[in-house]
Amino acid sequence: MAKPKIAYVHLSGCTGCLVSLADTYEKLLDILGAVDMVYNLTLADQRELPEGKIDISIVEGSVCLQDEHSVHLIKEAREKSGLVVALGGCAATGCVCNFCRGGQANQPQHESFVPINKLVKVDAYIPGCPPAPEVIYNFCIAAVTGDMDYLKPFMAGEVGGYHCGCDLNTKVIQNSLCMGCGTCASSCPTRAIDMEFGRPSFNNIRCVKCGACAAACPRMFLPVEQIQKKLMV
Amino acid sequence: MAFGNYKEVMALKAKDNAITGVAQDGGVVTALLCYALDQGVIDGAIVAGKSDTPWLPKPVVATTKEEIIAAAGTKYTISPNMAAIKTAVREYGLDKVALVGTPCQIYAARKMQLYPFGARHVGDKIALTIGIFCTENFSYAGLKTIIEDHCKVPVESVKKMEIGKGKFSVKAAKDVAIPIKETHKYEQDGDHVCTDLTAEFADIATGSIGTPDGWSTTFTRTTKGSDLMKKAIAAGVFETKQMSEFAAPMGLAMLEKLENGKKDKAKKHAAERQALGLYVTPGILY
Repeated sequence: MAKPKIAYVHLSGCTGCLVSLADTYEKLLDILGAVDMVYNLTLADQRELPEGKIDISIVEGSVCLQDEHSVHLIKEAREKSGLVVALGGCAATGCVCNFCRGGQANQPQHESFVPINKLVKVDAYIPGCPPAPEVIYNFCIAAVTGDMDYLKPFMAGEVGGYHCGCDLNTKVIQNSLCMGCGTCASSCPTRAIDMEFGRPSFNNIRCVKCGACAAACPRMFLPVEQIQKKLMV
Repeated sequence: MAFGNYKEVMALKAKDNAITGVAQDGGVVTALLCYALDQGVIDGAIVAGKSDTPWLPKPVVATTKEEIIAAAGTKYTISPNMAAIKTAVREYGLDKVALVGTPCQIYAARKMQLYPFGARHVGDKIALTIGIFCTENFSYAGLKTIIEDHCKVPVESVKKMEIGKGKFSVKAAKDVAIPIKETHKYEQDGDHVCTDLTAEFADIATGSIGTPDGWSTTFTRTTKGSDLMKKAIAAGVFETKQMSEFAAPMGLAMLEKLENGKKDKAKKHAAERQALGLYVTPGILY
């Protein structure tokens, strides 16, 4: 079987997601060995998305609506790719780019930055700022080996398209599902969540809207069958 | 299968008097953590320690036996132990962390091992999970109401509290026991969709139900948990008994009955919530 062709598309991101991929250390070789990386501006000299079909586009960063090239690139990636994956908070939820308001030199008109699902259909989301190396590794290996059980929670509607601590409120607390385990608090990269008397308290000014807390919450989804199969041995 | 997957089940009691003197039941969690720390199986543990507020637990990263023993005893309110997992790995620099928790905290840890969204290099540092049986938990204000308004003792005077034999009991300024049904309305509602009584995803799970006072019913569930327990028993950490010594309606028969009750109740609550149009966690019923 031919190796899947992967494009790494860098939009308005900080390259931290790619660094997080590299932070899998020697396991990075497993990933690179299992795929054919056809486009990755940081690591290879292919300047444009190659001609023909790409199996998976992994997208880092949000899209600046006032930057014609960015809008074109995400549209082109969608057209050419079998699957589009939003890697990291910026691509998945907008993350810190949600706070952009323009007005800065030397492109003061660059003010609207959107998660990629505003413009194209997204097949999978890996939230977090950045997502942990292990979750990226697990995702890549599952994608290559066709482990659909593992991939299912990444699909739209499971962990994707969420924004911030507010998701824990609307999805978990308001549905009377929170039991105070504290996972959200340790998943937060900015310590915007404190546990007060067994419930998350959100510092909404500190929250960067990366989506990690909601995705990590065991009451958002609970992969029981996989825990039994992979860990209870 | 009743009680989830497990390798062995037994009744245990710690031999160390310093531990049994302060433990809730058989001192299994405390004694096992101390043994694992001694043996280098772990270099620290996240436990429900004491805070400045009486009976409000605080997640503590314990790296000494003294700190582990100081956290012994059940606090019947929420201790968000998972909130300390990153602290243990980053600030304490631990490589082999034990997590003690209720069943929901154990499955939170297991989810983090598989899907560590915001937990860089954390999941692989969870070296051991010890689950505590749990039928339900209370908010702190709920617990305080039970103690002060129902049991009518000051919360500061409480030395031990216990749920068992259909009663909520406190040893305090005076000893009081009230029917457990008086406490039901103070249960945190998030527990009502929980089907896990015996910490089905822990390496080792332990609790009071099924064994006499001063003993703990203990399951080893993974190879890691089973190996550690065998070594601890061989090293003389525990007195052991077979569960078959405690015949029906006690022993495992009692545990199974309560477990089935919890599972049935969770299914009923989940169905009611879905009928109301509320979101119910996929995978929560097992």
